[in-house]
Amino acid sequence: MSGRATTRRQLLSAIGMIGGATALYSAMTTLGHAAETQFAGPPNLSGARKGASIIVLGAGLAGMLAAYELSKAGYQVKILEYQPRAGGRNWSLYGGDTYTELGGATQHVGFAPGNYLNPGPWRIPHHHRTLLHYCKAFGVQLEPFIQFNHNAYVHNADAFGGKPQRFHEVAADFEGNVAELLGKAIDQKALDAELTLEDRDRLKVALREWGALDENMRYVKGLRSSEHRGYDRPPGGGVNGAPIASDIFDRTDVLKSGVWENMAFFMNMEMQTTMFQPVGGMGMIGKAFARQVQPLITHNAKVTKIFQDKTGVTVTYSDTGTGVVSQAKADFCVCTIPLGVLNQIDVNVSPEKQAAIAAVPYSNAVKIGLEMKRRFWEEDDYIYGGHSFTSQDIGLISYPNNHLFGDGPAVLLGAFSRSGLSANRLAGMTPEQRIEAALAQGAVFHPDSYRKEFSNGASVAWSRVPWTLGCCARWNEDTRKAHYQTLVAIDDRIVLAGEHASYVGCWMEGALTSSLDAITRLHRRALEA
Amino acid sequence: MQTPSPRLLLVIGLAVAVIASPALADEPGGLSKTTAPVTGEQVYTQVCQACHMANAKGGQGAAVIPALAANPRLAVAAYPISMVVNGRGAMPGFTDILNPSQIAQVVGYVRTHFGNAYPKPVTAEEVAKIEGAK
Repeated sequence: MSGRATTRRQLLSAIGMIGGATALYSAMTTLGHAAETQFAGPPNLSGARKGASIIVLGAGLAGMLAAYELSKAGYQVKILEYQPRAGGRNWSLYGGDTYTELGGATQHVGFAPGNYLNPGPWRIPHHHRTLLHYCKAFGVQLEPFIQFNHNAYVHNADAFGGKPQRFHEVAADFEGNVAELLGKAIDQKALDAELTLEDRDRLKVALREWGALDENMRYVKGLRSSEHRGYDRPPGGGVNGAPIASDIFDRTDVLKSGVWENMAFFMNMEMQTTMFQPVGGMGMIGKAFARQVQPLITHNAKVTKIFQDKTGVTVTYSDTGTGVVSQAKADFCVCTIPLGVLNQIDVNVSPEKQAAIAAVPYSNAVKIGLEMKRRFWEEDDYIYGGHSFTSQDIGLISYPNNHLFGDGPAVLLGAFSRSGLSANRLAGMTPEQRIEAALAQGAVFHPDSYRKEFSNGASVAWSRVPWTLGCCARWNEDTRKAHYQTLVAIDDRIVLAGEHASYVGCWMEGALTSSLDAITRLHRRALEA
Repeated sequence: MQTPSPRLLLVIGLAVAVIASPALADEPGGLSKTTAPVTGEQVYTQVCQACHMANAKGGQGAAVIPALAANPRLAVAAYPISMVVNGRGAMPGFTDILNPSQIAQVVGYVRTHFGNAYPKPVTAEEVAKIEGAK
């Protein structure tokens, strides 16, 4: 640690000294995982043998992309899909839609025309290049997804007497306090062993600018701090044009607020702006993919057995409506069925492959859409898109990114819950109870309007989605090490694809990169056969 | 049903779970603070019911969520304990959000409700032993 240059490790160590282990951990995860996904353009699958056939199981994005590229390459392709709808977890619920979850609860979605809930994916990072490529190729119109809104709220029951505060106020105060404390540590010579004299001076300048400190390196009430956190009276014109500084928050409340967690969240590569959403709902992507391959899809097909031998792959399936059992045969199989479902299907792959299929549990997640009669968050609170975070079970509320300043009803995302207890607690409720919980918790942000303007709502608990029985594959370091390569390897004539067969888990990009990799290898295998 | 020891109750009383995981998947972001369930019924309602349903009859779609109601496989407590600790297939293990006492409470609850009548109490020690063998 006596070197002259400041390494990232040394900086982290300094953060650890000032902010404690949690700040250090947060900074490390933020710095540690930044990586774009891998995409080098559509695959080149030339030279397919005439008449060679491939059966694709599942008409989600992974399955439909596989079918699209393989049929383009000359293969005879057939897709079997359990649902009457193509798209898989890429899905939007609109007014007039009906959704029945496991357990039998049926919801009739009552949203106004044009409004929707995206139960699954809802935002696209700018570096998910495979997805963006095919969106453009298939004519999906994208618009900005307002990921980061400084003017939305953060709420933590333990801070500020449980009152939500604007993100820009709390974040500015957090940064100001950290900057001031780190400046003090430098002045008290605590970092002399870490930093050269010149670097200490540079860092102090950086801290003063970044943290909005005054000329004495203090974070105090004043026009300087208000430039970051906002004013008591903002600058204007004329007689009362001069701004008035705002009070800064108590440091303990700022630390208790957990705002650093929200700040670190936005630093994460997957969460960085610019982000996108399809015009008209995320489900537009699934629909666009389906337009490319619809004639190949057999819907309502529940796969019960996948059998491979020297001659090919035979898939047995029953029609979910009529119960009629059929078989389909092909030379090879791309199976995109979620692992929790596949684990209950009779498949003759190697014991190691079966162990891999059985080894990966699925996460839960709950999303709740609330239609409000007017955009009170815009009209009353000047919030245009983005998220207000809460420590309650609902996790956040997220404001619509489209039709800003519009009249008439709009759908808020009233909950996005993924953490174990919170998501399970909401998932275990009836749809009516979920709406009530979402209204009760979300009202903390907009107490005067939330219930008053509520019109209707819909919810999806992924643990009860009949065709996945969960949200996404939940790998950990141990299961990755023990099973991942086995899971993705071709097993004679069968290859698996989907977000579960990727390191971009729970993102559409993972499904697509997995699919392209799987079919590229399968094509090579087919040429060798 | 087994009454938890005063020590365990104290532990649970303080167990306001703070879950802050780094975002790799698409996550809401932010800090989730939830008050932990204590009794078997609370754990069942707030955790198990998300999949196994309020009536413990499970569900059937593209695959099956097994019924816990009237399930003879609950006769030996080690089986349901192991399921909750280790998970199986799509079902995760729950040791990240439930401590041994909570698991003992909920296994005891399920074994004495929903048409099951296996009154032998389940202890946190039994759960800890199975967790130890993980």
